[in-house]
Amino acid sequence: MAEFRQATWRYKDKVLEPTVFELSKKGREGHKPPEPIKKARELVEEVIAMIPERMRRKKPPNLPELSEVEVVRHYTRLAQMNYCVDLGFYPLGSCTMKYNPKICEEIASVPEVAYVHPNQDEETVQGALEILYETERMLAEILGMSRVTLQPAAGAQGELTGMAMARRYFEDLEEDRRDVLIPDSAHGTNPASARMCGFNVVTIPSNEEGLVDLDALEAIIGEQVACLMLTNPNTLGLFERDILKISRIVHEYGALLYLDGANMNALLGVVKPGDMGFDIAHVNLHKTFSTPHGGGGPGAGPVGVNERLVEYLPVPTVEYDEEKQKYYLNYNKPKTIGKVRSFYGNFTVILKAYIYLKMIGREGLRRVAEVAVLNANYLAKRIEKIKGFSLPYKGLYKHEFVVSATQLKKDAGVTALDIAKRILDYGIHPPTIYFPLIVPEALMIEPTETENLDTLRRFVEVMEKISEEAYTKPDVLKRAPHNTSVRRVDEAKAAKEQILTWKMYLEGKAAMEH
Amino acid sequence: MSKFMPLTQGEIEEMLREISIETIEELFDDIPPELKISMVEAPRGRTEYEVKRHVMKILSKNKPYSTMPLFLGGGVWPHYVPSVVKYLSALPEFVTGYTPYQPEISQGILQALFEYQSMICELTGMDVANASMYDWASSLGEAALMALRVTGKKEIVIPQAISPEREAVLKTYIHGKATIRKVAYDVETGMIDLEGLQNVISKETAGVYIENPNYFGVIECEAEEAGKIAHEVDAIFIVGVDPISLGVLTPPGDYGADIVIGEGQPLGVGLNFGGPLLGIFTCRNDKKMIRNMPGRIIGITEDYEGNRCYTITLQTREQHIRREKATSNICSNETLCAVQAAIYMAYMGPKGIEQVAKVCMANARYLMKKIDAINGFKAPIFSAPHFKEFTVRTDFPSTEVHKTLINSGVHGGKMLKDEFPELGEAFLFCVTEVHTEEDVEALIKALSSISS
Repeated sequence: MAEFRQATWRYKDKVLEPTVFELSKKGREGHKPPEPIKKARELVEEVIAMIPERMRRKKPPNLPELSEVEVVRHYTRLAQMNYCVDLGFYPLGSCTMKYNPKICEEIASVPEVAYVHPNQDEETVQGALEILYETERMLAEILGMSRVTLQPAAGAQGELTGMAMARRYFEDLEEDRRDVLIPDSAHGTNPASARMCGFNVVTIPSNEEGLVDLDALEAIIGEQVACLMLTNPNTLGLFERDILKISRIVHEYGALLYLDGANMNALLGVVKPGDMGFDIAHVNLHKTFSTPHGGGGPGAGPVGVNERLVEYLPVPTVEYDEEKQKYYLNYNKPKTIGKVRSFYGNFTVILKAYIYLKMIGREGLRRVAEVAVLNANYLAKRIEKIKGFSLPYKGLYKHEFVVSATQLKKDAGVTALDIAKRILDYGIHPPTIYFPLIVPEALMIEPTETENLDTLRRFVEVMEKISEEAYTKPDVLKRAPHNTSVRRVDEAKAAKEQILTWKMYLEGKAAMEH
Repeated sequence: MSKFMPLTQGEIEEMLREISIETIEELFDDIPPELKISMVEAPRGRTEYEVKRHVMKILSKNKPYSTMPLFLGGGVWPHYVPSVVKYLSALPEFVTGYTPYQPEISQGILQALFEYQSMICELTGMDVANASMYDWASSLGEAALMALRVTGKKEIVIPQAISPEREAVLKTYIHGKATIRKVAYDVETGMIDLEGLQNVISKETAGVYIENPNYFGVIECEAEEAGKIAHEVDAIFIVGVDPISLGVLTPPGDYGADIVIGEGQPLGVGLNFGGPLLGIFTCRNDKKMIRNMPGRIIGITEDYEGNRCYTITLQTREQHIRREKATSNICSNETLCAVQAAIYMAYMGPKGIEQVAKVCMANARYLMKKIDAINGFKAPIFSAPHFKEFTVRTDFPSTEVHKTLINSGVHGGKMLKDEFPELGEAFLFCVTEVHTEEDVEALIKALSSISS
């Protein structure tokens, strides 16, 4: 099996690439900013003198002093010590780490994007408004919703937006509904978002099939319930096949049905959330719609709503004036929840999703879902057969599936964490681990549609190899990873010592030396 | 259309055979048939070349500031993004990685974020920074929620000279949890009215928020007093900043700030029609404060061989562990923008940031004087010193002034009539290091034509 070894740039014993502070040398100069406008040069002293003494910075900030070459080498070396989708397989469950088309990056950096200010006169940003307008229309069609707001900067902010709209809706109806129902298999952001909007979170259990327990739902549902937040397909990769019944139960009591669309990849062009009865649905452009995740962000979390909630959408909405043939921003929405973010959302991310949608088109969208689902089911069937692994919740998987390593733990004493760390040694990013919480020793695997069969087979081989290692030489797993830039990281020490800046690090070191 | 889907038809058939399935369609048998559609209504997929031409044609309807001098600020500002920042932040290892949940294989992004946190703290004079929020506005929302949690009180005091965008976001975040009380600005100086602040605060005040420079570009010269007034009632003192200004202004950590937030966009992120942005969030090194902080935080630790390394830490505050008891729901943040800011700060160094700040101030001062000299225009409206933005009042209808400028190929400042009607026919202008003599001349010429 091909050996993987990640770059390791070592500075000295126990230290890899130094920090920018260690690389700094007094007197070195980096970027030289422009001079003031010629006639303003003589004003520099005057303006500084205008700042009252105590508001004038006495000591320059302790930033590093580096030249261009050092900055470039430093961050290039750091990049080399970072795994990414462009390097290899990344089956991180619920994160939909698919390939990010390069055309999107190229277009998103042109001057017509990079040098456009959000406060510009609408006449001068017709292109940007058209992109927003058209992207909204396409997402509304995919979601089966009336309108979509593109303002939320991430999935969790989409949830916050959705919950804020639900809150405003019931305030309007003068109904005091405090509870939001959330399945125990849900993403952590769901309860956190509901709570941020002032709701009580009521957890509903999953049944033995891993689906919403309808009896439990019927027992809990009532006039106190504002909303059921549902992920469909859920985090076990299973489609809630009783969705129409769930929708009926929820709506019978006047509550709303919210879709966490993090897992929309499996449903593109197959079924529309609006048709399933969802009143609100968010999607993640950095998952389903192929925009890169940037090592943690920026993403975008557009939220679609049906007719009941349209008037609560954040402002501004983007509209088209047929008569004038112009796009414009509409702030005139008396019932709006207001804003969740400045301006109109993560524009470059939205633009990349627009380009992606234009490229793959209607047949492509459906194909994405088909191939993503095929890949998940293929891997599930293959991995299930490997000694030590099992599928606690069986069914037709959608975008992902969850493997449990309890048997391996029992037999060989290795944990899901050990397995994940060992996967790193083979140049593959591990699946999401210990999630969802209802599966012990969980490995949540989402292959996406952008992988070829060789990659999928190699992943199976790696899992077989790891199983064999677990039974024959478990220490290799317990001490993994071996081939990454650093060995297993002590996370407990980080939490205990709380060294969160370079200054704290130096102070800690100085204190130790005394 | 299989562009980003490498499986061949042959491979698909092979896979189906291997898992004993006839057709892919069978894998969707769990979806009620009445819900299934055959396709969404959308155009067919097109080739890369077609899409590029199509999108570029749409985008050509935008007027970027490279073709039209532009004097807009008000929350994001045109600053030069050095090529080094663009180049390095486009490296695929930074762009196409996920959140660094597996630290062993993600040291690059983790160290870059740790350096970001460290440099932001040096700039703001604070002890601890998180690895980013969505933007300044959401940082404000989260700072207010944090003040409520830390103090257990229910009022947030904000200045009247606040960005309307940020105020709107703040209201959404604290809806139903706290009331907002506003403090007027001194109509003469444009700074926060300290007497007004004294009158508004009470034992119920959880947080006092000021912006420095404020929305009118005015430097809050008495920020320290505002902090003292906040602390008299045990309120959290929150300061919002433009990080570039800290090249010349005293860092808020030195005048009593408990939480410093701000917009990191000037640090190499670019305009991009207002997104993505970069929410700065910092606080003092206080156990209770840190425990209540929102967002991801990177810390130093060691691997099993004793190598110094980095990891996400203090995760027990976060939603994936604490669920409804988390300090915030934030998961994805603006990591790549934080990396851009880290590269920018490292490349600028202490002198570079100071230089950019000085150039902004000098250029702004120069433009103020030029505008003020035109008949029918007064700039600035307020007497306190300004940073890179300033207000302009005109005797002419501001909408007409604005339109005339656009027609002369210049984009003037932001009209303030709707949001700050008390200022009359007024604008908020912004000048930075990107503005040239020609830009300024074009503006002055157009404004002069109105007055003559």
